[in-house]
Amino acid sequence: MRVIAAMSGGVDSAVAAARAVGAGHDVTGIHLALSRNPASYRSGARGCCTIEDANDARRAADVIGIPFYVWDLSERFHEDVVEDFMDEYAAGRTPNPCLRCNEKIKFAAVLDRALGLGFDAVATGHYAQLRTGGDGGIEMHRAVDHGKDQSYVLGVLTQEQLAHSLFPLGDSTKPDVRREATDRGLLVADKPDSHDICFVADGDNAGWLREKLGDRAMNHEGDIVDEAGEVLGRHEGSYGFTIGQRRGLRLGVPAADGKPRFVLDIEPVSGTVTVGPRERLAIDRITGTAARWCGTVPDRLDGTVQLRAHGDEHRALVTVVSASSTGSTGSTGEGGSIAEDVEIELLDPAYGIAPGQAAVIYDGTRVVGSATIAATSRAS
Amino acid sequence: MTTQVTPPTTGRTVYLDHAATTPMRPVAIEAMTAHLAEVGNPNSLHASGRNARRVVEESRETIAQALNCRPGEIVFTSGGTEADNLALKGIFWARQAADPARTRILTTAVEHHAVLDPLLWLAEAEGVEVEFLPVDRYGRLDVDAMRIAVERDPASVALISVMWANNEVGTLQPIDEVVALAAPHAIPVHTDAVQAVGAVPLDFAASGIDALTFTGHKLGGPYGVGALVVRRDVEVSALAHGGGQERDIRSGTLDAPAIAGLAAAAELAVKQQADHAARIGVLRDDLVRRVIEVVPDAHVHGAPVELGQAARLPGNAHLGFPDCEGDSLLMLLDARGIECSTGSACSSGVPQPSHVLLAMGCSDETARHSLRFSLGHTSTGADVDAVVEAISPVVERARSANRRAR
Repeated sequence: MRVIAAMSGGVDSAVAAARAVGAGHDVTGIHLALSRNPASYRSGARGCCTIEDANDARRAADVIGIPFYVWDLSERFHEDVVEDFMDEYAAGRTPNPCLRCNEKIKFAAVLDRALGLGFDAVATGHYAQLRTGGDGGIEMHRAVDHGKDQSYVLGVLTQEQLAHSLFPLGDSTKPDVRREATDRGLLVADKPDSHDICFVADGDNAGWLREKLGDRAMNHEGDIVDEAGEVLGRHEGSYGFTIGQRRGLRLGVPAADGKPRFVLDIEPVSGTVTVGPRERLAIDRITGTAARWCGTVPDRLDGTVQLRAHGDEHRALVTVVSASSTGSTGSTGEGGSIAEDVEIELLDPAYGIAPGQAAVIYDGTRVVGSATIAATSRAS
Repeated sequence: MTTQVTPPTTGRTVYLDHAATTPMRPVAIEAMTAHLAEVGNPNSLHASGRNARRVVEESRETIAQALNCRPGEIVFTSGGTEADNLALKGIFWARQAADPARTRILTTAVEHHAVLDPLLWLAEAEGVEVEFLPVDRYGRLDVDAMRIAVERDPASVALISVMWANNEVGTLQPIDEVVALAAPHAIPVHTDAVQAVGAVPLDFAASGIDALTFTGHKLGGPYGVGALVVRRDVEVSALAHGGGQERDIRSGTLDAPAIAGLAAAAELAVKQQADHAARIGVLRDDLVRRVIEVVPDAHVHGAPVELGQAARLPGNAHLGFPDCEGDSLLMLLDARGIECSTGSACSSGVPQPSHVLLAMGCSDETARHSLRFSLGHTSTGADVDAVVEAISPVVERARSANRRAR
């Protein structure tokens, strides 16, 4: 196959590209330029968008012996990922931009362009496994290394996208990948893992949002109240909070019972942030929208859901409740198995589940699909 | 010992990026390598030093003869960027020191980054009033705009800088007219002639230019060496301070072998200029005509090729292919062993819409769908054949990628 290897400049994507070559594919490396102004994005070894990272990716491509180019996706990235990130926070939700980037950029804009240019697939350094299922379709499973498993952030991929994807690292552990990088002479072998959000340079989400949101935020201050409505403190923008957050509330007065308090609710218009004890975070009903399915759409599934990146698995009963409008067709990013809502019943309560995050649905190790968490509640 | 070079593709490489860098001419390799094993700092006083100094000074004389300047007017540098910086900052600082009222620098909107960026820096850091004067749709300076800018307040103009030939679209600038309108006010004129030496006729003394930049690797010499040719009566402040080896305005031990290579290349390039330009002009015209035959909506950017050598570099074919991304075209051609450019290369490899095309009135879209083929002394008819054979399927492919990505 002719394969595009997306190379971030990190160790995983470098080894993935090398393995794609080893598997006999005709591989071309590309680095995605996601910022018009690379210096404004995270710098140094932690990030994914700096000139230094582009150089690391280039040097890895040299060592592997493949052609290398930089693709400028900065406009698409800004429109589809950064703008969405800001809108979601402004609306009181907690988005996952990595999922969004996979859905809209890596396995849509990049894949579409690759296919248009005559390539057959895109290879990335994600930890997830692809297998051919009984019906001949492509199944995505959790990685062998459960600690590194990234199937959660890939849960938005459709069958069409999976059919043109390669995840060469799914059957390996991270230490194995690092060892292999060293053996292959890749200088990124001991480069630290990236964390947090690539376009928030210093990891300070709230500070970044305060600066970028400007007039778009419906509030830049508001009250922090308890469940009875008593004002406990003030804050500098409700976008600085996420459901289930405990740290950084800066409440002067401790709770009467001395127990820690958590963010229970965010009201983006008034800016009111409600806090309370942990037990009030418990939910066992989730409504998910904009469901995307990796393969056949189930009516009802007795499986598990994961509700945040690197979060726990929760046993759940998932029901597809409506088939609203069908998505537009034409590109791999849209069309096909899209546009249902799901109701998720958890067998045991989960805590601190934030609207805007994805609920990724599993049947054993297999990813069935995903939906964006729209609302949560406690049935019992 | 031989060096193992792995070609990026199987088969023959069709190199059509001579405006980025052109292969060293054998005489230059010979001249350079002849001195690589010799010891001697050109500034040492003993025999070895004198020998190295002799290499440098003979090279200087050779270049002076080729460009029709005086040997003492040549200041060797590490290349075009350093020479441009030295001219712009060095002359500006000296001129302003002599008269603080000289606060303006006039230039064009289509300069190379080696001119553009130092000027933006001067504007930012020193509050210099830099005026980027407009060009017409071919990328040629609007001389009337320059005249108006000068005559508005001639005494405040410290310097004028106008490139001899544009590196992206190949358009030649009206240097004579610029010199003519600067001369009555004794305003020094600098020109970046990196693309021009060896490609078009150039006579420093006759041009009336005060300072001229050129570099080795664009004319068949080595990388990392170039020069600022600057008249003796033009004051230039030093940028880097040290031994003051070059007229006290440029410090650093001279690279005698590289300078020998530069001189050999410059001598040959200038000697062969007319024949070379005629030969690659024919190849370029052929390339443009045949590409448009197979891709009918392709079009030339820059001065019309029919205007000939007075308007455009003979080896430059800058073509627009509507509904394609230039970097898709580049990548697809590269995979077929055909090497060209989308414009001017940049550090991160991130393609930006060209400021040159934007200044010529192109839309962002048009600026992104362009390719520059630049021919040079090793180009042949077979290179043109290869482009003509590949271009149509490549454009088709790039268009399909463009449609999918929408």
